[in-house]
Amino acid sequence: MSTAVKDGAFPLMKHEKFRKIAFPTLVTLVLLTVWQLTVEMAQIPEYILPSPIRTLEAMWEDWGLLGPSLLYTLKITALSFLLAIAIGVIVAFFFVQSRFIESAFFPYAVLLQVTPIVAIAPLIIIWVNNTTLALVVCSTLVAVFPIISNTTLGLRSVSPNLLSYFKLRNASRVQVLLRLRIPSSMPYFFAALKIACGLSLVGAVVAEFVAGTGGANTGLAYQILQAGYQLNIPRMFAALTLISWTGVVLFVAMSMLTKVFIGHWHESEVH
Amino acid sequence: MSLAVKKEQSEQDVRFSVVEEPMPAIELLSTEKIYSNGTRALLPVDLKVKQGEFVTLLGPSGCGKSTLLKMVAGLEAPSDGRLLLWRKPVDKLASQNRSLSFVFQEASLMVWTTVRKNVRLALELEGVKGEEAEKRVDQALELVGLSKFADALPKELSGGMQMRVSIARGLVVNPDLLLMDEPFGALDEITRFKLDSELLDLWRKNGLTVVFVTHSIHEAVFLSQRVVVMAARPGRIIDEVKIDEPFPRSEDFRLTAKFSEYSMTLHRLLSKASVEEDL
Repeated sequence: MSTAVKDGAFPLMKHEKFRKIAFPTLVTLVLLTVWQLTVEMAQIPEYILPSPIRTLEAMWEDWGLLGPSLLYTLKITALSFLLAIAIGVIVAFFFVQSRFIESAFFPYAVLLQVTPIVAIAPLIIIWVNNTTLALVVCSTLVAVFPIISNTTLGLRSVSPNLLSYFKLRNASRVQVLLRLRIPSSMPYFFAALKIACGLSLVGAVVAEFVAGTGGANTGLAYQILQAGYQLNIPRMFAALTLISWTGVVLFVAMSMLTKVFIGHWHESEVH
Repeated sequence: MSLAVKKEQSEQDVRFSVVEEPMPAIELLSTEKIYSNGTRALLPVDLKVKQGEFVTLLGPSGCGKSTLLKMVAGLEAPSDGRLLLWRKPVDKLASQNRSLSFVFQEASLMVWTTVRKNVRLALELEGVKGEEAEKRVDQALELVGLSKFADALPKELSGGMQMRVSIARGLVVNPDLLLMDEPFGALDEITRFKLDSELLDLWRKNGLTVVFVTHSIHEAVFLSQRVVVMAARPGRIIDEVKIDEPFPRSEDFRLTAKFSEYSMTLHRLLSKASVEEDL
């Protein structure tokens, strides 16, 4: 009885799609409100914790600084993401050619992965003259590993029976690659994209922290550093927020791409 | 070779089989398989399968029946002995203008594409294209009763229907030899009975030679002209039983005393072997 009344009162709540959007939005609004009210009521100074509204104000006021920095960070992220995809896929194809190649070279991929980027970034910045390029290299190093390892795994994760079937029909190596290995690897590849897009953003920000560059070409990390020196915490929050949003947008874009390409057949995308 | 021509041939084969010994499709002469780690998957076996014959390999797991089938398909090489298809080595099959198809235990379809494209793949790998391919795909799908589902994805079909796609994929290349490795093992009994009957129809219509691997005694009796009984540890052939029942066989055959008798005989052979194994 009571549910009937509820449904009658909010007919939209019956739609699953609406609920899927409504609940997260509601939670976000509640959290932001709690944050805003806590800051106001406890009179927390803005150099300790700025309120959400103050953060948005800072973003608006300092857009002249933050806007170009956002674009710069985006540029580094996009370049390194694309580079990571290209290198990752090529290396994966190389690896699946034979177990010997993989066992000989995979340790180096792991070595790159487990060495913290902050530890090798200074070296790269010394070796590579162009700052933008140095940042792209660092960020690519961070993002490339999941693409290598996932795509390699995907290209190998072929149903043994299907592989036998292709053999029985005298399929060539190229036919097996194009018609069997590549389609089979798609779910793994797209999973890798979801991880790597975030990593290339993290890589871009971390590398810039280490580079500590000034001048015209500066990203959001530089703005965060500067805001920290100046105790301009609202601006720091504004820059942080932009980084987070960028990450979220990238992730959503990758999820949508996954849906477009493998949504019609892969289990992970079927509800 | 069109299906109609083949049909005629198969009828002739049946008619003349009493008078004339048909060409052996498969000959195994002391063929054995020992894996590199020393496991004896199959002791030396001798086996002859005539062209147009329906033979079942029956045995428990580990008796080497799948290994035997894979060797016939050329997916695994025998460690010793000879294996001939139409009196030539396995890898010379294509040069004789003959082909074989293998149907696996699972449907093993390309899950990312439609039923039609799954069946068409076999032809495309052979270089058959365009309308010719399309026509043959339609024909094969009709044979297994899936014309309506040509554009469905495998995951939209039931297990039995997926298996039918797998069979259509095997038949579309007009094979001379159909090798089936426990194809209906994962299906429920009703679907299995239905597919058993359909398979017999396809075999008779297309003049195929079929080697069918199963661990089900009843399936072996219902389907085959001859049951080859195998035992495990080490894998070997222990006996052969001719199933003397004319075709077409209806579902009622399963209820006859003759059917039970054959089942009992096979059951005894299998249990005798497994008792010996325990001693």
